[in-house]
Amino acid sequence: MAGVSVGAQMRAVIRRDLRVALRQRSDLLNPVLFLLVVITLFPLGVGPGPEILSRIAPGVIWVSALLSALLGLERLFRDDFRDGTLEQMLLMPMAVEWAVLAKMAVHWLVTALPLLILAPFLALLLNLPFEAWATLWLTLLLGTPVLSSVGAIGVALTVSLNKGGALLSLLLLPLLIPLLIFATAAIEAAATGLSPVAPLAFMAAILVMTVALSPFAVHAALRVSVN
Amino acid sequence: MWRWLHPYAKPEATYQLNQRILPWLAVPGLILLVIGAVWGLAFAPPDYQQFDSYRIIFVHVPSALWSMGFYMGMAIAGLIVLVWQIRTAEWALLAIAPVGAVLTFISLFTGAVWGQPMWGTWWIWDARLTAQLILLFLYLGVLALYAAFEDERAGAKAASVLALIGVVNIPIIHFSVYWWNTLHQQSTITRAVTRLEKPSIAPEMAWPLYISLLAFLLVSSALVVMRLNNEILKREVRRPWAQALLLKNSSKT
Repeated sequence: MAGVSVGAQMRAVIRRDLRVALRQRSDLLNPVLFLLVVITLFPLGVGPGPEILSRIAPGVIWVSALLSALLGLERLFRDDFRDGTLEQMLLMPMAVEWAVLAKMAVHWLVTALPLLILAPFLALLLNLPFEAWATLWLTLLLGTPVLSSVGAIGVALTVSLNKGGALLSLLLLPLLIPLLIFATAAIEAAATGLSPVAPLAFMAAILVMTVALSPFAVHAALRVSVN
Repeated sequence: MWRWLHPYAKPEATYQLNQRILPWLAVPGLILLVIGAVWGLAFAPPDYQQFDSYRIIFVHVPSALWSMGFYMGMAIAGLIVLVWQIRTAEWALLAIAPVGAVLTFISLFTGAVWGQPMWGTWWIWDARLTAQLILLFLYLGVLALYAAFEDERAGAKAASVLALIGVVNIPIIHFSVYWWNTLHQQSTITRAVTRLEKPSIAPEMAWPLYISLLAFLLVSSALVVMRLNNEILKREVRRPWAQALLLKNSSKT
């Protein structure tokens, strides 16, 4: 194995994870359906008035996106932990951080891409002003990798527990509050005709920081979970 | 320094040290707490704008400051757990977290009580308040994560990772009043200290505040030390030194 380059190993992890993900389609589809159902509940709950809806749309879309991301997050490491793949991953002849990065990339691909495709449709459902559509899409593009990378830390910490679900949200949601604040601030600024650049730049900074640093935290957490 | 610190990896040595420093923390802490409270509540002059309602500052500021300070202490304990795997540090983490959580809660509660007459609202989603609320959730998350593991050592390590990640929040809390134009006022004392100026707070108000700050530190540290000793005794109850100690104490009473 000594001759296998880091790139080849990362490609192998990505290919394997993608294949596993695509063979469990219901796991992929359920969070998306959950998101749609939650979004549908809001017009029924607060009343279908277009003005109210367009005002709460940024927050509703983002909160629903956070919740649906939490729903599908566990499968990032859980199955691999149960069948022992995770231990093998920790033994790969490269820095574990690369493998973690590859797994996070696959997770982002299979969970965030549907969301990005659906985003205009969600904006339409909630009557978001057209000027804010591009910003909504940009916040999701910048924010979803943060969900995957920060989420990976939480999953890595709780993967060996049987009752991880509720604990996971308790750990992760506080850490994700800044993301929510900047995302909704950007969309609201765009909807009222102001420049959304400042909050978007903050989101980009959060993105760079979390994606660069979280693999190290995930590695430390995995070493605790895989004894 | 390592030669000086290493003996305290042994629980017994830490226990003895704690027992020795406990009175030096608890007694002056309680005295200063009373002095600070009486001076601040009864003798300090009323504020020209807020009159008597500003007096809650003597609880609010110390609890808020030390909620962050104890978080840093907990994170350092977490670092020691992860790097040197010292068991005493694991118990220290467990000892600090509830004290810090209560300090955070006190600061949030007094802030709400203070905000009601001054800002006209109990709560506002201002950057400082939100960041402090996240701090409370972090403390609770550390405790919940610790409790969720069946293997205590794994739980302590997981909680340490979370505590270290949460350190990001501390500078956010501190600088939130400078980065965002918020309702929460900026710190008068920190600014003066970093610029080597005289603080703009009147000395008759500043002194009881300093005393309260010191008192909160001492009393909270005493609580942490007591909790840590309880943890040590609970874990080490089958060891000869702990048995001898407990027998000695029970024969005294």
